[in-house]
Amino acid sequence: MAGGIVEKPASGEVIHPKVHYLNASKGLKSWLVTLDHKRIAIMYLVAVSVALLLGGFWAVLLRTELLGPRDMILSNDWYNRAFTLHGAVMVFLFIIPGIPASLGNFILPMQLGAKDLALPRVNLMSWYLYVIGLVFFLAVLFLGGLDTGWTLYPPYSSGRDIQWNLILSYTAVFILGFSSILTGLNFIATMHKLRPKGMSMYHMPLFLWALYATSLIQVLATPVVGLTLGLSLVEHMFKIGIFLPQYGGDPVMYQHFFWFYSHPAVYIMVLPAMGVQSEMIATFSRKHVFGYKAIGWSSIAIAAIGFLVWGHHMFVSGQSPTAGIIFSLLTFFVAIPSAIKVFNWVATLYKGSIDFKSPMIYALSFIYLFGIGGLTGLFLASIATNVHLHDTYFIIAHFHMVMVGSVLTAFLGGVHYWWPKMTGRMYNETLGRIAAVMVFIGFNVTFMPQFVAGTRGMPRRYANYLDEFTIFHQISTIGAYILGAAVVLQAGYLLHSLFKGKKAPPNPWGAASLEWQATSPPDFHNFTEKPIVMGAYDFENWELVSEDAGYRLKREVVETGKSLSKVH
Amino acid sequence: MSTSVAEHETRHEALPARPKELAMHFDTLHQQYSTGKLAMWLFLGQELLFFCGLFTAYAVYRGNHQEMFHYAHYFLDWRLGGLNTVVLLTSSLTAAWSVRCAQLEQRKGLLITLALTFLCAGAFMVVKYFEYSHKLHIGAVWGSNFGVATADLPPALLEKYPGMTGQQLQLMGMGTFFAIYFCMTGLHGIHVLVGMGLYAWLFVRALRGHFNRRYYGAVDNVALYWHIVDMIWIFLFPLLYLIG
Ligand code: HEM
Ligand SMILES: [Cu+2]
Repeated sequence: MAGGIVEKPASGEVIHPKVHYLNASKGLKSWLVTLDHKRIAIMYLVAVSVALLLGGFWAVLLRTELLGPRDMILSNDWYNRAFTLHGAVMVFLFIIPGIPASLGNFILPMQLGAKDLALPRVNLMSWYLYVIGLVFFLAVLFLGGLDTGWTLYPPYSSGRDIQWNLILSYTAVFILGFSSILTGLNFIATMHKLRPKGMSMYHMPLFLWALYATSLIQVLATPVVGLTLGLSLVEHMFKIGIFLPQYGGDPVMYQHFFWFYSHPAVYIMVLPAMGVQSEMIATFSRKHVFGYKAIGWSSIAIAAIGFLVWGHHMFVSGQSPTAGIIFSLLTFFVAIPSAIKVFNWVATLYKGSIDFKSPMIYALSFIYLFGIGGLTGLFLASIATNVHLHDTYFIIAHFHMVMVGSVLTAFLGGVHYWWPKMTGRMYNETLGRIAAVMVFIGFNVTFMPQFVAGTRGMPRRYANYLDEFTIFHQISTIGAYILGAAVVLQAGYLLHSLFKGKKAPPNPWGAASLEWQATSPPDFHNFTEKPIVMGAYDFENWELVSEDAGYRLKREVVETGKSLSKVH
Repeated sequence: MSTSVAEHETRHEALPARPKELAMHFDTLHQQYSTGKLAMWLFLGQELLFFCGLFTAYAVYRGNHQEMFHYAHYFLDWRLGGLNTVVLLTSSLTAAWSVRCAQLEQRKGLLITLALTFLCAGAFMVVKYFEYSHKLHIGAVWGSNFGVATADLPPALLEKYPGMTGQQLQLMGMGTFFAIYFCMTGLHGIHVLVGMGLYAWLFVRALRGHFNRRYYGAVDNVALYWHIVDMIWIFLFPLLYLIG
């Protein structure tokens, strides 16, 4: 059969589609009521980027305040509000929905060769729920902010007199939780029911395995935080006495409920990031990913064990010592599947032909930063050291290593990796590399000193500190500024590329998963011809045409419709 | 590009017979139906975990305050609870029946069973209303708001424990029991209301003749939801009303 999306003229000239999903229909309304997963993904990408900038704004304020040991720019009250809003916005609005709802939404059906997610309306609904949550948090800001910490522990939160900012915050997290559940069940249904013939679970790209594990957690853990915050809302309004000790309730139960969700939630954050990581590492090593099954199943193992370790946030809360020991042991277990992944990525690099494109630089930073983040998790998992380190900057540094160092890094890497596919444009590669290196350096400068300050006793959540910690804080603030500058730089060249960037070929990187068989940007129906189903890492099916024209499928593959790979 | 023969066939088969209910991203009605059903099961799993938190709270407080729960059960009338159980079980039957009617394209039967399910749900809420208003009236409510005059205590309680006063119960922390009681039954009640909305919606769609032998997923999925709402009540009833 002639034509089709994969067969390019022998000269290597690339066909750029005139009509694609971005211009198939026009006007704001065509976006706001769209059921197209690609457009919803773009709307999510815009929304989570707004959240990222908002959270980042608070971070810069916090770090600036900490330049000196006494008050600098924020009153103590506003310092409390700043770290609460920073944490809440980053966790609930950026990092949890970030990768799955934006990149996942776009890529998941395409990697399956499908036309859409299983439930397009539900998908759109989850975006609207998300936006309502975002608006509520903005409203909280104008209603005087929130100063309870992102964890909203009672009695400090719900035990107070009734106030709008708390009511809105509880409702917002509840609604956002719902949005997340809907995304999760949609993903699972899609992966089970829309997988093409010839693609078994073991042929799916690892990004999809990661999203599968993430979705399981979203569906099974999120309702619990929904209930917890729903109860907190009722408690706040009617003082019913479930969590509030002054009315006969138990605040430690709140902590159990909260972490029963919020620990698995850290894997909602990191698993999709690990999925992006697996794609980038394999593509830019041009090598079949090492230990496919180990990486895939370790995602599931992380999801499963992740449900059993929440008590490690409560070693000093007064939970029973026996429970503490069990939770400590289980927490050590969760590090095993995490380490399996890291070893497999490193093994994939071994003897690969490594290409230092911007996404790869993020991928390599990820390995390093996640390594440190995960290993410091083990310090915190052993009870004796935890008692010393709990609520210090060591914790702050630990979870920023994993949440920012790994998740944000993978998010940025993924945005660069799929940018040509999503927008049809190439960004400036040199600036891309500079920004990637800046993120890495800025990040280390920000958080390494915090480990040291933490072990020396600098507690978290304080606006003022002892003089001896000044140097650590100042270095850290400089790092934060570098990081901020990198994000601004990225926003600059990415937006610029939308208008002035070179047109992207269908497959600029030579990646082998199915989305690269579509045009850039894809057609409204994703594929104009059914893609040839092949293993996600069968790079030998693609050959380089030229730097500008990217890669194309080899003739034999097009003619036989079969992968050349012997791995499967 | 050459597609395999099998692919060609499915494509051509799917094209002419494309029914109007089939969304653009599915190949067959069956695929669409089973996708909807899987999503519904996942949603129901989510619902169970949603309630799990409350059941955990129940277990913890009951473990720690046996006596409180014991005294509390006198405040609940097992006859009203039992009546509601029967009403809900009946509605589960009519819900299941409605699915059967939809599958067999029995239009009249479908409309009747949908309406009956809706009415049963309504009856449940009416009984609930009387239960709630009585408790609110005597002050058998949550947290520190709990305050029942000794004269208003349930007669059976006074018979068994003469000399018991409302204040004693308050000091015992009875408010916590009622916090849990109202949260659990309230949340369940909200689900019943949602169910009523869904059945009203199905009824309108059935009137317009939307369902047929090959397209009845909505009736099926709402019935699944309704069974879960029922099932949760089957646990709530003994745990709250029958703990003498
Ligand atoms: C290798 C696996 C990991 C282990 C063993 C581990 C261990 C721990 C422990 C024991 C704590 C409690 C410290 C305390 O409060 O005393 C903790 C806190 C935390 N971890 Fe991890 N962690 C791991 C991975 C992650 C990942 C992947 C993320 C997120 C993407 C994460 C995010 C957090 C957060 C947000 C907190 C603190 C929350 C707060 O108190 O505000 N951790 N971790
Ligand atoms: Cu944790």
